[in-house]
Amino acid sequence: MFRNQYDTDVTTWSPAGRLFQVEYAMEAVKQGSAAIGLRSKTHVVLGCVNKANSELSSHQKKIFKVDDHIGVAIAGLTADGRVLSRYMRNECINYNFTYESPLPVGRLVVQLADKAQVCTQRSWKRPYGVGLLVAGLDESGAHLYYNCPSGNYFEYQAFAIGSRSQAAKTYLERRFENLADSSRDDLVKDALMAIREALQGETLKSSICTVAVVGVGEPFHILDQETVQQMINAFEIVGEQEGPAAEPDAAAGQEAAAEQGGSTDEGVAPMDI
Amino acid sequence: MPKEQANWSPYDNNGGSCVAVAGADYCVIAADTRMSTGYNILTRDYSKICKLADKCVMASSGFQADVKALQKHLAARHLIYQHQHNKQMSCPAMAQLLSNTLYYKRFFPYYSFNVLGGLDNEGKGCVFTYDAVGSYEKVGYSCQGSGSTLIMPFLDNQLKSPSPLLLPAQDAVTPLAEAEAIDLIKTVFASASERDIYTGDKLEIVVINADGIRREYMDLRKD
Repeated sequence: MFRNQYDTDVTTWSPAGRLFQVEYAMEAVKQGSAAIGLRSKTHVVLGCVNKANSELSSHQKKIFKVDDHIGVAIAGLTADGRVLSRYMRNECINYNFTYESPLPVGRLVVQLADKAQVCTQRSWKRPYGVGLLVAGLDESGAHLYYNCPSGNYFEYQAFAIGSRSQAAKTYLERRFENLADSSRDDLVKDALMAIREALQGETLKSSICTVAVVGVGEPFHILDQETVQQMINAFEIVGEQEGPAAEPDAAAGQEAAAEQGGSTDEGVAPMDI
Repeated sequence: MPKEQANWSPYDNNGGSCVAVAGADYCVIAADTRMSTGYNILTRDYSKICKLADKCVMASSGFQADVKALQKHLAARHLIYQHQHNKQMSCPAMAQLLSNTLYYKRFFPYYSFNVLGGLDNEGKGCVFTYDAVGSYEKVGYSCQGSGSTLIMPFLDNQLKSPSPLLLPAQDAVTPLAEAEAIDLIKTVFASASERDIYTGDKLEIVVINADGIRREYMDLRKD
């Protein structure tokens, strides 16, 4: 009712005790294309849907490597996400320089949250319009955090953000109890299934999604399109028969890879990596 | 009244020698592993060689605390580069970065005498030699450190690098094969260890070629 009167700047409270600008910023996250994350005891997987604005343009990079042991997936204003990733990378490099050891994920996430909070209490700033799923490994194990534009952060076993993330969240809610002991490959398959839910009907192909993994003995890296396509083929067949068969999948994977042609070529626009 | 001098210096010299030789498709970087202060040995097993990028290795003699700080600084800058460009820094790029980093502290220098070695973008060996404040040059071979006055004339005699003042510009790369270059380096360090008290204990040799990076060791005189 009074929403429009108290939403002009972020330093104005509403009578109900809400900061509307911050809530609008969280809306921006919901408008972005979906990003999901899930973790086991030893690995964390991030995935996102890559929606290009038009057929002519490339899609935006939504998953960033922050350090060998930390990666982040974003949803919302990609530009804000890029800037925050640069901040996170810097913090990791500086910490490593001083202490010769990797920055614990929990610390980074708090620093990020404090940075976001500043923008909710300055009249000349605006909140960051991006939600971040921070995946990382440190001495205390595998972690997945969600950082809000509000400056709050939460730790999750599995989570999804962005548009049509509710479908992915529903799937994850069914699966999350079994995730802790999942193998790395099962975790990636679950991530792909969750992404499929977020696509709602559209065929899942490696050209419209990105998957990244970090785990014990495995530094953070984004899986290449061929690997992702092979895994997609593996579990889409699983619906009809028990377990992924190796040979038919390799053939199907190559077919699909040939179809995508140039998009699997690593030499193409850096945005595709 | 004569001006009073400080009786404390922020610098120390930990001695040692470094050599690098560039070939057509390889680069050899070597340094001894002795770390000393004054007439004492601090350790016989300290590496002066640091891998900065996939195809780029630096050997530094001088004040090892400054060397360590310099190495950490360059490693951090390399990480930033990788995040921004999605690839490793090339050796010539790292060479320029090292020069700029050294000059940045022109008025409180890194007491670090460096040789940078690696493969350039075409896979040819390249060696860059520096002074403490970043003046650098691409050469076919070079040496720095306490034994450099003993080693350099011998390398000049054996490797005959064309003068950079000559026209037309000639290749600064030696005609030696990889095995011959390694042999030459072993000879050179064995000789330097005889007369330079700060060079000895063990020789660490790093070879970069198309197959990657490998490391070799050789014993030197321990006296």
